[in-house]
Formats: sequence, structure tokens, C-alpha cells
Amino acid sequence: MSYQDQPQTKRASLLSWLDRRYPIVSTWNEHVGEYYAPKNFNFWYFFGSLALLVLVNQFITGIWLTMSYKPSAAEAFNSIEYIMRDVEWGWLIRYMHSTGASAFFIVIYLHMMRGLLYGSYKEPRELVWILGMFLFLVLMAEAFMGYLLPWGQMSYWGAQVIISLFGAIPVIGPDLALWVRGDFVISDATLNRFFALHVIALPLVLIILVFMHIVALHKVGSNNPDGVEIKKYKNEAGLPIDGIPFHPYYSVKDSFGAVFFMIPFALIVFYWPEGGGFFLEPPNFEPANPLKTPEHIAPVWYFTPYYAILRAVPDKFLGVVAMGAAIAVLFAMPWLDRCKVKSIRYRGTSFKLLLTMFVVSFVVLGYLGTQPATPELTKLAQIFTVLYFAFFLVLPFTSVHEQTKPVPERVH
Amino acid sequence: MSATDKNTGVDLKRRKILTGATGVVGAAGATFLAVPFVSSWQPSEKAKAAGAPVDIDLQALQPGQMLTVSWRGKPVWVVRRTPEMLDKLASLDGQLRDPASQESIQPGYCQNATRAVNPEYLVVVGICTHLGCAPLYRPAIGSPDVGADWQGGFFCPCHGSRFDLAGRVFQSVPAPTNLEIPPHRFINDHLVRIGEDPQQEGVA
Repeated sequence: MSYQDQPQTKRASLLSWLDRRYPIVSTWNEHVGEYYAPKNFNFWYFFGSLALLVLVNQFITGIWLTMSYKPSAAEAFNSIEYIMRDVEWGWLIRYMHSTGASAFFIVIYLHMMRGLLYGSYKEPRELVWILGMFLFLVLMAEAFMGYLLPWGQMSYWGAQVIISLFGAIPVIGPDLALWVRGDFVISDATLNRFFALHVIALPLVLIILVFMHIVALHKVGSNNPDGVEIKKYKNEAGLPIDGIPFHPYYSVKDSFGAVFFMIPFALIVFYWPEGGGFFLEPPNFEPANPLKTPEHIAPVWYFTPYYAILRAVPDKFLGVVAMGAAIAVLFAMPWLDRCKVKSIRYRGTSFKLLLTMFVVSFVVLGYLGTQPATPELTKLAQIFTVLYFAFFLVLPFTSVHEQTKPVPERVH
Repeated sequence: MSATDKNTGVDLKRRKILTGATGVVGAAGATFLAVPFVSSWQPSEKAKAAGAPVDIDLQALQPGQMLTVSWRGKPVWVVRRTPEMLDKLASLDGQLRDPASQESIQPGYCQNATRAVNPEYLVVVGICTHLGCAPLYRPAIGSPDVGADWQGGFFCPCHGSRFDLAGRVFQSVPAPTNLEIPPHRFINDHLVRIGEDPQQEGVA
């Protein structure tokens, strides 16, 4: 402590000792203590921090589940039953994980909706959006692989259908599907490798992407419901006039949101963990049987909009292409939407109508994806698939000529 | 560019050669290193061995009945077709996507009207060519859910694909091709071996 020039309290001197060896203070200030966020965040801004909360829930419950789960075709189903019946509090940890998966997608879909409403994907936040889209993709892979692990009927046949999608790719398809499965059908080898990817590889990728998503966000600064840049007006200290430090303002707001969210989450975990067959599907309480397909196969609710698009196209390969395109086209949002105005508050009627059409299509397709494919419902799915894609096809043209309202200079 | 930067005295040429050599050797090494990791996902020797031929005794199978066995972990069906069932096959050609099985997977000796070595027995892989579900055997004529003019066949509950009693796919259903016929041969009148071609020892 020889180079200290003034006496300090013990706590401050420990901090200063650490800070000379690790950039604690500057990191804290840059990302929390002096990260200035717009002062007008509303309800929609809860879902970013909630996604982080659910991610932590999945990590902790997931680690605990691996302590009793057996990743083999012979033992997987029984080890889940063992967790549910014999492991102390195993049922709770398992339900927190399975309900957490659905909660994750609810939170993420609302988080993405916020981005669409307030134009958070627009310049200069294109990379924040794209990193977020990669997060969404990896999250879907993570959820899909996790769903195979209980080795129930729906686990098995759901995976069979999704891996067969690769087989639709011309020329390399069948070999690719064989390579992914590691066997001629979904088998022990598939289960074991999905376990490795689900608990190690993809969570690592998720963490790295979350880190990059936040770094990119903090570089450009948060958008807000008015869609104006708070960095435009700064005070003498060089701080945005309409900004408030993340801590304590939003740390308190988000903590309140987190506790508020956990109440209904706990109620669902305790009283409605199967979510009426949407969070855990009834056929999955039967062990996987490679010789018998369940009467009606439907993926978990968060995949059903894309599944409905897949089924709507009466051609195997084109169906797979349409399903992939439905997700891929979202990556291009920053360039498809050519309107300079960010927030829906000041945008024209055409955008409001198009966005409504898109959201309605997404929800209707989501419902249709849970239903058996009768000719009438397939026709309906085809109509809404067209409307889903129409949003992205029409937007580049209408957004240039949009009759927007005047955008305020500052947030209010 | 001069070999040595005048201001710093750094030998840039040497740096360039070192970077280039490291890059080339490193990329070659990375490519070779990728081989075991990528190949490790291929079916193991154990999984391939499980693809050994399977014998099925057909003595108990009555006309019109179907039995299922597991071959390479896949369901393989044997249907003992009645003469009435066989008679109807030709009349369906107009409603099928690939009536002559030109786009579909089957051994050459089964690319015929009944898609079989012995027309009485249909041996077929019970996996829908759409997305791999197991279709249901629906031999009864005319069912409300499959269609009033249904002549018997296979119906996939997942996405509504329909196949006739030779595993041939109907038009305007999602499945692109007929059900796959595995290599098989009759050892005698009531014993069929799945996974081997007739008149030879080779395993498919």
C-alpha cells in the first residue's frame, strides 16, 4: 500500500487493490452505474432482463437435472420418472426447467415484439438485432434437443420429423440426416449427442451471444418507446439529458419486474406445470416406441407457427425452405424496413396495419400448428402463410412512402 | 515494399513469410483435425452391425393381415395381400404420383406393378417418405377420415399422406415418393430375409 497518497476506509482500499489488478470500477460504471438509458422505458422493456432471469433458471435447474438424468435410450425415460418420484424435490426442479423453457419463449417473443414496435432493429442497432436473432436460433436448437431427452413418444417422433427435414435437402440431404442422427433412425447415439449439445455446447454459445448482444447494445445505447436518440442532447457533463443511470433506476425497476414475473411463474410450476398439454404434451408420458407413431404429432407451442408453415406447403423440399425462410427473413428486418422513423407511435397507418397482420398471422399459424392437418385447416394455414410473408414483401415498398407523424426532438 | 521498415527496423518480409507459412500449415492442420470430429458423428460400427439381415416367418400371417418387424431400427411391414387387393392396384394408377415407381426407392427386382418379389407379400419400410412418421395400415374400404373412395392402403396420421397397398403415394399429399422397399429375398415359401438381395450373398 506504499503508493497510496491518502488514507482510505478498509472497504475502499480493498476495492482500490482489486481495481489496480482487474477493471472492476470501470466495467461496473460502463455497463451499470454510468450506463445511461432513456428515462421513458415502459412495460415492454422488462423482457430483456426477464430473459436473462429465465436463462439463469434454466442453467441452475438444468445442472441439477443432469445429476439424476441418464442420457441413454434404455434409461432416459425411467430416470425422468425417478427424478419426478424419488429424487427429493426432483419434481419441482424438473417442472421449473420444463416450464422455464416455455417461459423463455414467451419472454423472448415479447422481447422481439418490443423491437418491432419501437424500431429497435434500425440503424445503429442492426447488430444488436442480428445477434438477438442468432440467440433466437440457438435457443430453438437448445429447446429442440432438450425435448428429446425425456425419451417419450413425442420426444422421439418430434425429433424424427425435424431431423427428416434435413433429408429434404437435395443431393446431400439423406447423408446429412444420417450424420445428424448417427444411426439409421433416432437412437441411443442421437440421444447421447443431443444431451452433449444441450448441456454443454449450445449453452456455451448462448452465453457468448448474450454477452455480445449486451456489449453491442451498450456500444450504441438503448432505444426507447419514442424511438429518438437520447445521445443528441447532452448536458455540460456530457451525459444525455433524457438518460438515467441503469443503476439504481432500472436495476430497481427490473428487480420489481423479476419478482412480479416469478409469482405467476411459480403458480404455473406448482398448479399447471403441463400447461394444458402445451408445455408438456400428453404422448410424452409414454416411453418412446420406434415402431408406433402417435396419432397426432405436434411440436411444443413455441414451434407451431413454423410447423404450420411447413405443413401448409404441399411439397416436401419447398415446405422446409418456407419454414427456414420464415425465420431467416427476420434477420433482414433492419434493411426491409426503410422508414426513417423508428417508433410505431409516429409511424404511418400502413406499418400499423402490416404489423397487425403479421402478429395475427403468427398467432393463427401458431394455433393451426397444434391442430391436425385437415384439408380446411391446411387451406387456412396457406392463407396465413402468405400473409406472414406478405409483411416482409410489402414492407420495403410501403415503408419508403409512409405518411409518418413528426417525431419529437426529445423523449417525453 | 522494402524488406525492412526504415523507421522501426522491423523486417516486414520475414514477418510476412512467417505469417503465410503459419497460416497455410495451420489451415491444413485444422482441416485434418476436423476429420475425426466430423466423422465421429457418423453411425458407429455397432450401429452398422445392427443393420444385419432379419428373417421373418410368414406361416402365421393370414391373407389381409400385416406384421411389423424391426430392421436397422426401422419398422418393416409385411402385408399378405389378397387377390382382390392385387386386382385393384392397376385401377389406381391414374390417382398416383409415381405409379411406375420411377422416382422411388426400391431394389430393381421390385420395380414392377405390385412392387414385390412375390406379389402376395408386400415387404415395405413403414416410414413415411415425408417426414418419417409411421403410417397406419388401413385395409378397410371407404373410411370417413381417409376418404369415401378409399380402396385400402396406408395413411400417415402426421401430415395426411396416403399410400395404396403397394406403398405407392397418392397425388396431392405431402409425401414425395412411394414407401421404400427394402432389399429382401425369400429363403423358402414362408421365410423372408430382410436386408439381402435374391440370388446373391451381398448385404444391401
